[in-house]
Amino acid sequence: MDIILVGLSHNTAPVEIRERLSFSGEQLIAGILRLRAHEEVLECVILSTCNRVEVYTTVEKPELGVARVKDFLHAYQPDIPLERITQHLYTHKNEGVVRHLFRVAASLDSMVIGEAQILGQVKDAFDCALLNKTTGVVLNKLFKKSIFTAKRVRTETRIGESAVSISFAAVELAKKIFSNLRSKTGMLVGAGEMGELAAQNLVNSGIKEIVVSNRNYDRALDLARSYNGRVARFEDFLQEMVNVDVVICSTGAPNYVIRFEDVQDIIHRRNNRPLFFIDISVPRNIDPEINKIGNVFLYDIDDLQAVVETNLKARKEEAEKGEKIVAEEVGKFTQWFKSLEVVPTIIALKDKVEEIRRKELERTMGRLRSLSPEEVQIIDGLTNTIINKILHNPLVALKLEAHSTNGLLYAEAVRKLFNLEITVSEKDNQSEE
Amino acid sequence: MLNILFFKIALVAYFISTASFLYQLMSRREGPKRFSFAITGIGFLSHTVALIIRTIEAAHIPITNLHEAMSFFSWALVLAFLLVEYKYRIYVLGSFVLPLTFISLISSSALPMEIKMLDPMLQSAWLGVHTVFAIMGAAAFSIAFLAGVMYLLQEWFLKSKRFNILYSKLPSLDILDDLNYRAISFGFPLLTLGIITGSIWAEYAWGTYWNWDPKQTWSLILWLFYAAMLHSRLSAGWRGKKAAYMAIIGFVGVVFTFVGVNLLLQGKHIFA
Repeated sequence: MDIILVGLSHNTAPVEIRERLSFSGEQLIAGILRLRAHEEVLECVILSTCNRVEVYTTVEKPELGVARVKDFLHAYQPDIPLERITQHLYTHKNEGVVRHLFRVAASLDSMVIGEAQILGQVKDAFDCALLNKTTGVVLNKLFKKSIFTAKRVRTETRIGESAVSISFAAVELAKKIFSNLRSKTGMLVGAGEMGELAAQNLVNSGIKEIVVSNRNYDRALDLARSYNGRVARFEDFLQEMVNVDVVICSTGAPNYVIRFEDVQDIIHRRNNRPLFFIDISVPRNIDPEINKIGNVFLYDIDDLQAVVETNLKARKEEAEKGEKIVAEEVGKFTQWFKSLEVVPTIIALKDKVEEIRRKELERTMGRLRSLSPEEVQIIDGLTNTIINKILHNPLVALKLEAHSTNGLLYAEAVRKLFNLEITVSEKDNQSEE
Repeated sequence: MLNILFFKIALVAYFISTASFLYQLMSRREGPKRFSFAITGIGFLSHTVALIIRTIEAAHIPITNLHEAMSFFSWALVLAFLLVEYKYRIYVLGSFVLPLTFISLISSSALPMEIKMLDPMLQSAWLGVHTVFAIMGAAAFSIAFLAGVMYLLQEWFLKSKRFNILYSKLPSLDILDDLNYRAISFGFPLLTLGIITGSIWAEYAWGTYWNWDPKQTWSLILWLFYAAMLHSRLSAGWRGKKAAYMAIIGFVGVVFTFVGVNLLLQGKHIFA
């Protein structure tokens, strides 16, 4: 039995393909049920996000399984030619699948490394499969371990820390100036897209109020409503700065809207309470000189971009620690998976029992020195017969179930009951790309 | 000399916690936070025991010479730190407080440590009260000084857009400014009480409330400085960077009044 992954992601496929092959809600349930209905597919989970569509299955014959999943995808979107799908697909087998899923869940394979959403999506995909009973021993363990590994990576490294978008970086900076945003007021001057996003992030971080000032009064009103804030007339926005703490500026003006003298005057009237300016406009709308005024902090789009880049670099460094954790967990899982194989279990069981027989026989023969060679042979034969008869039924059952998921359960049970240690052969260890 | 034993335990504990707190400041991760606090706690407890034993042995509050004064200052500083930590949870403060504590305590240990009989002229309950207030005030001003240093560092990181480990460890500017303000509003009444009880004691000891002894003069200068600092914050908005600078200047004054006056100028405050 093999674990197989057939899928595509932002690394291999353009969005036009990804969006068409994505499964949502009911399509997902119908999809896994349809796939599981195939005799050769023992277990299946479909992970479908906006960046990836991946089909995880366990099958008896890997080549057949891969072909089956490809057909399945083609049947899902028949108007995309099969070759067009195939050219974007990657396939992994056994250990390769384990490593891939662990990396995906830990957000090491994400477009933005360390983003937290993917773990939830992996959980949802697994829950859906669990609910519809399309998984068994192997995929259950695989997905549980992938979630476990992802959590380890998240807690043992700083992969998810620090902002990797401009608007989050602005909020993080605000938190280094003001301890408690709940008692602070923000102001959005102009209505550039990035500015709106930054204001929204301030709202999400619990800022008390957002004041919106825009040349277009109706637009300002709309925005203010969406932030639960209020509007200031555009002519008055300098006046308003006396009472706000964070100013996000993103107008389309070609010149400085906020000048050095204005800020100098304002900061004086604020009794030197700190004022944080975020200039997201290009060309810049705030005189960069104001950063020199005491208690004034100015960040323009390049500064924020630099923060983001530093943070991204830090995440990549943390990702390397994450890879180590993944490698460790992949090793553990692969060991478990290999030990499930029925044939090595049978051999190990036979060896163990034979070992016991031999030892006990030797001990007894040591005490019965008066026996003739024939008598020794008869006793030897007797012990052989006993263990063969005892082992007969278990071995038949194991062999019978060897080719189903149940076999793995039997093998695991036997391993635990007889305390067998199984040495895993190295063949089949390599994954196929 | 049981008090010396506990004193030395405290010294070793503060050495270890200084190292641990400094390591914490440099390390990318959270660092050995619990360990640092546990060792600091051990140091503080054994220091407290040392001071209690010494009080019993000497039969008066043991702040009568420079060794004792600096030892008590270290104790008050850690007490202030633990109180701030309890209220604000600025554990990086430890990386600044503990080195200062250790420096003060090790200097104290280099000075003569024997308990000496007090000059009968100085014996009075007012002595203990006066010195306790004065040194507690100095500890509060030290916290304000450290908050000022941390503020200036963080402000410089934010202005120059440098984001290093220290930046990520230091708290926000307004917490540091608030800490500065509160430490001074705490220290100021203590200093006031220290000056008042001191002059009452002076009346007992020397027969005059005020005689322009260098220490008295410098304490008065300090008092005026901190009064001006509190006033300018409230009236002229001298907060943030200016307040941080003032806390640092004030601390230089505190150190001078506390130690420098004794070393450089003559006066009645020379420790016996």
